[in-house]
Amino acid sequence: MMVDEGLKSELRKQGVYVTTWDQLVNWGRSNSIWPLQFGLACCAIEMIATAASRYDIARFGSEIFRASPRQADLMIVAGTVTKKMAPQVVRLYNQMAEPKYVISMGACATSGGPFHKGYNVLKGIDRYIPVDVYIPGCPPTPEALLDGLMRLQERIKARPFKAAMDEKQGEYAVPAYGDRGLLPRYNPGVWRPPTLPPVVATATPTSSASSSTPPSGPGLGRGPRRLYFSGPVGGMFAPHGASWRGPRACPWGST
Amino acid sequence: MTEPLLDTQLLEVNLGPQHPSTHGVFRMQALLDGETIVKLKPVMGYLHRNHEQLGEGMTYIASFPFTDRLDYFCAMTNNLGLALAIEQLAGGIEVPERAQYIRVIMSELTRLVNHTAVIGFLLNDMGAFGTPLLYAFREREKILDLFEMASGSRMMCNYIRPGGVREDVPEGFLERASRIVAEYPRFLDEFEALLTQNEIIRQRAQHVGVLSKELAINASITGPMLRASGVDYDIRKVDGYGIYPRFAFRIPLGTVGDVYDRYYVRILEMRESVAILQQALKEIPPGPSISPKGLQLVKSPRTFRPPKGAEAYGRIESPKGELGFFLASDGSPQPYRYHVRAPSFINLTVLEDLCLGHKVADVIIILGSIDIVMGEVDR
Repeated sequence: MMVDEGLKSELRKQGVYVTTWDQLVNWGRSNSIWPLQFGLACCAIEMIATAASRYDIARFGSEIFRASPRQADLMIVAGTVTKKMAPQVVRLYNQMAEPKYVISMGACATSGGPFHKGYNVLKGIDRYIPVDVYIPGCPPTPEALLDGLMRLQERIKARPFKAAMDEKQGEYAVPAYGDRGLLPRYNPGVWRPPTLPPVVATATPTSSASSSTPPSGPGLGRGPRRLYFSGPVGGMFAPHGASWRGPRACPWGST
Repeated sequence: MTEPLLDTQLLEVNLGPQHPSTHGVFRMQALLDGETIVKLKPVMGYLHRNHEQLGEGMTYIASFPFTDRLDYFCAMTNNLGLALAIEQLAGGIEVPERAQYIRVIMSELTRLVNHTAVIGFLLNDMGAFGTPLLYAFREREKILDLFEMASGSRMMCNYIRPGGVREDVPEGFLERASRIVAEYPRFLDEFEALLTQNEIIRQRAQHVGVLSKELAINASITGPMLRASGVDYDIRKVDGYGIYPRFAFRIPLGTVGDVYDRYYVRILEMRESVAILQQALKEIPPGPSISPKGLQLVKSPRTFRPPKGAEAYGRIESPKGELGFFLASDGSPQPYRYHVRAPSFINLTVLEDLCLGHKVADVIIILGSIDIVMGEVDR
């Protein structure tokens, strides 16, 4: 419930300050977010630079980087999460105290970034843990990290305190390395693979039949379908794997 | 020998991968007798980002942005290593005079950035929590501003190209660089006044983690770590790549090879870098910043098809040691084999030998003095 602004300013002249409980508590909470001291890769250096003298994250009350997840409110996933590291990241998240927040810093933590094609790189930490703020950049500048932190503060301030306390993030399944990568491949409570909207088959007029022949048989209606390429695929913009021409011959002869 | 009153047992302790002092995601499994290290096993691969495999699937030029992310403190020197390898593979691309000077300026600025930061981190590991690191990062930011001026990015510069540099430095760069370089010795004096003769640091770092000359050579250690053990080997002098033979500078050498020597060699190297920078900034001539052949290679990377079976190995003295890029061609626009000789990975191999017999707290500073960056170790 908001207090009438006129009354509020009148009271302020008398030295009486009026606010709501939620605003007071959230003001305190949002200005004392303790991050987990946890760097993964390049972005961690920018995170340290943000904490250092020039950018001074202490202005936002987040200078206390805790080495233990039990004492931290915020996990800044700063850097590439590899498939070997992902289980530890999820485990650290599980060990953090409620309420807990996650900032995905940089392109790698968000989507795999430039290493997206790598066989050992997780395509985004949001497959396993819920992310509150994504920061683009490779690496994001310290200003961008501070902006992300301020967005998180806005989010914290916008929610009633009791709702934030009642909501439990809980623990998420820690992936394990199986014979075909990480299992489970994602936590369904957090992330689901994107699905294409169903394509409604429109009746094409038979008179304007094109010369290229679409594949016949099932697949034109709803349900599973197969797409086809009109020509040979290759070159710089070919989808990943299309330029694979089989094993390359060793230039020094057979080995 | 009397019978011990208490039964003791060896204790296994796991440090990392999430540990405030492991410099990234590095893990050590230590076997302790009391507080003394009996055995130590490094576990790597937590940041394996398929650098070499990705490089084999793209053109030679396309690997440049990825080299920035190898050793993310020293983007400029990483670019230079790959550029030298590609120049060699192309059968020698001439580099204009101005570009040579810009390369030297950028390399030495990178060395200042790296050594300043690593000493800050080392002191952080020793327990001087915060303050030296803040001093170091204050200086680092000044140089990062220069990099941003030249390349548009603070850390991931992606600036040096085969045959020169991507574009000429902007107006005002050289003046600003001269000013920063002129001020740098003052910072080093301040830093040294606080640290070098500090009794606590001497107690903590001297005769800890001694690396003998023989072991250093046998384990193919390079960089400041090798020179701290007293071996006079610097690729800037030995190989003389680029225009380094033109500059007058000395190679600082350690006597004991302990953590303190590694710290001190880096401080002295920074002073020599300042000397190189002052000469280079004074002598830099006007002219083009990239040669026509290099520009053609950069503009149309898929036309660059080295002959089948061609090989090249470009090496530089990166701030961490010998950084080498090996390229082998099979006649296609992509390298058949692309290998990075990462100095921090090879320097890390002696970690157990350095740590044996020391206390747990010493392991942290020994690791800090090796100066590793996990992006380069795991690639």
